[in-house]
Amino acid sequence: MTEQTTPSKMPSRLERFRDSDLWWSFKSHKSAVGAAIVLGLVILTAFMAPLLSPQNPYDLAALELWNAELPPIWMEGGQMPFLLGTDVQGRDILSGILYGTRISIIIGIASVAVSLFVGIGLGLMAGYYGGWIDNVLMRIGDVLLSIPIVLVAILVSSVAQQFLPPAFREAGVAAVLVLAIAMYSWVQYARVVRAQTMVERRKEYVMASRLVGTPARRLMINHILPNTLTPIFVAATLNFGLAILIEATLSFLGVGMPPNQPSLGTLIRVGNQYLFSGSWWIVLFPSVQLCILVVAVNMLGDWLRDALNPKLR
Amino acid sequence: MLAFIIKRLANAVFVMLSVTFLAFVIFSAVGDPVDQMLNEQATQQQRDDLRERLGLDKPFMMQFGTFVGRAAQGDFGISFRNQRDVLDMIAERFPATFELVLVATFISLIVGVPMGVITAIRRTAWYSEAMQFTSIIGISLPSFVVGIGLILVFSVWLGWFPAFGRGETVDLGWWTTGLLTPSGRMSIVLPALSLSLFQITLVMRLVRAEMLEVLRSDFIKFARARGIPARSIHFRHALRNCLMPVVTMTAMQIGGLIAFALVTETVFQWPGMGLLFIQAVTFVDVPIMAAYLCIVALIFVILNTIVDMTYAVIDPRLRGAEK
Repeated sequence: MTEQTTPSKMPSRLERFRDSDLWWSFKSHKSAVGAAIVLGLVILTAFMAPLLSPQNPYDLAALELWNAELPPIWMEGGQMPFLLGTDVQGRDILSGILYGTRISIIIGIASVAVSLFVGIGLGLMAGYYGGWIDNVLMRIGDVLLSIPIVLVAILVSSVAQQFLPPAFREAGVAAVLVLAIAMYSWVQYARVVRAQTMVERRKEYVMASRLVGTPARRLMINHILPNTLTPIFVAATLNFGLAILIEATLSFLGVGMPPNQPSLGTLIRVGNQYLFSGSWWIVLFPSVQLCILVVAVNMLGDWLRDALNPKLR
Repeated sequence: MLAFIIKRLANAVFVMLSVTFLAFVIFSAVGDPVDQMLNEQATQQQRDDLRERLGLDKPFMMQFGTFVGRAAQGDFGISFRNQRDVLDMIAERFPATFELVLVATFISLIVGVPMGVITAIRRTAWYSEAMQFTSIIGISLPSFVVGIGLILVFSVWLGWFPAFGRGETVDLGWWTTGLLTPSGRMSIVLPALSLSLFQITLVMRLVRAEMLEVLRSDFIKFARARGIPARSIHFRHALRNCLMPVVTMTAMQIGGLIAFALVTETVFQWPGMGLLFIQAVTFVDVPIMAAYLCIVALIFVILNTIVDMTYAVIDPRLRGAEK
């Protein structure tokens, strides 16, 4: 993979990355580069929302009713600073989108992280120990996968929200959503890691390491895990897009983020009510942002899948 | 072979029992429906009566046992909110969902298969690349956003199709259909289209991958050598060999579509089971939620089991694969 130019100095990590197949494949894929740039912009603007947006959409005192339902700036009646218009409460659409994107991305990342953690852990255990642990875990996975994902997520999130004490309801909803999404996707990681672990377990390096007395936990994490990561990496990227989609769908159906902390899905849900009154911008712009975000993530994931697939080299 | 079938069936029953248990555990933990059904002035006597009528006064495992026993006979109890038989309520909503799913599946095959064939035959043509690119977008677009977009363009701006409801329906006694009236047919266009979009891309990608594989095989080369016209090779010889996986995937996806239709039904206010479910979620109407979950899981499990078994009949190697 890497070529050393000077024998005395090892290339740094960055240099090695720039010399790798992956970087080369990335550079030669126009759609991947485009998707990465778009995704970078979306994430950057979302996390700089407090600096960029003309209004704090959570601050009820900043809302003025006479600014309600203003069209976008290029249409007649549009006003500065409301570039993309306002909703019925006089909330700036652009600010809402930036803050909403931030919530969507955070929930997406958190749910991928949780399901990775759970899935990898359980998959390693199931593959390494086998036996009843394996049986029980895989059965649970089978049952979960035999119910459609939207249903699982709706049920978990709507039911769990009933349990939240009122004081935690605002903070807890996001956590519940993360769990509802992770509930489902850990199975996929667990299956991949398990299958790979069962292969690696029988190899000589594992045997050797076991003979020197490496504890099982270290053996699993330090030796076996790195050999299972490539497919996991691809799945995680694609699942990040899926997680954002599911969160948006749940919020759209009314079992996700509440209107006072809107994610993109909530914004679309709220805007959908004004579809027939002519204020199309309330629903259109959040929808476009959601599509851009998910399409960019999926295109990157698609490229990554091909780039990391040894059969396609 | 018999052992395989029994194993598959046992597996299906196990999954169904787990789903039922899951539904029951979650729902029995959700709030007290009595509080929501009666107003604050209700006397203790009224509360106890209702509690007894709904069977909420018995211990947990007893309630689950009764629940499973009744569910197996199709009795899911009465709706907390409407005080009506749950299975009746779902049964009268089922035709709407089923017609929607059927039309969507039909659209996805009619559009997806030719697209898959074309992108496989002319791999480097600009329109193939364009279709490939669109298919990534098609998979990424959230179905409710597609629905809203369709409503915005075709209902609000152009006014071609109705944006909600099912139009006029014809009652056939045991089935209500919207496909026999002009307004019903107009109403199903947008929801079916938005539900099928994801499906179209799936079918297209599958057909393309299969076609590429088949076109490389020897019998196609032989057919070419015999001088059979390209058109006939592609559609009569190659495509026919790709259809098996397409049929299985379509069959397996119908279960998923029925569940996923709830999103489309919410967008278009389509009076199907999914809309009923979402309304039940809003009002914590537990019996409807439980019944819906069980019925959708049942459809899902039955389809998967049938597909698995058909595969085992066709391909004997699979019978040994299951431990």
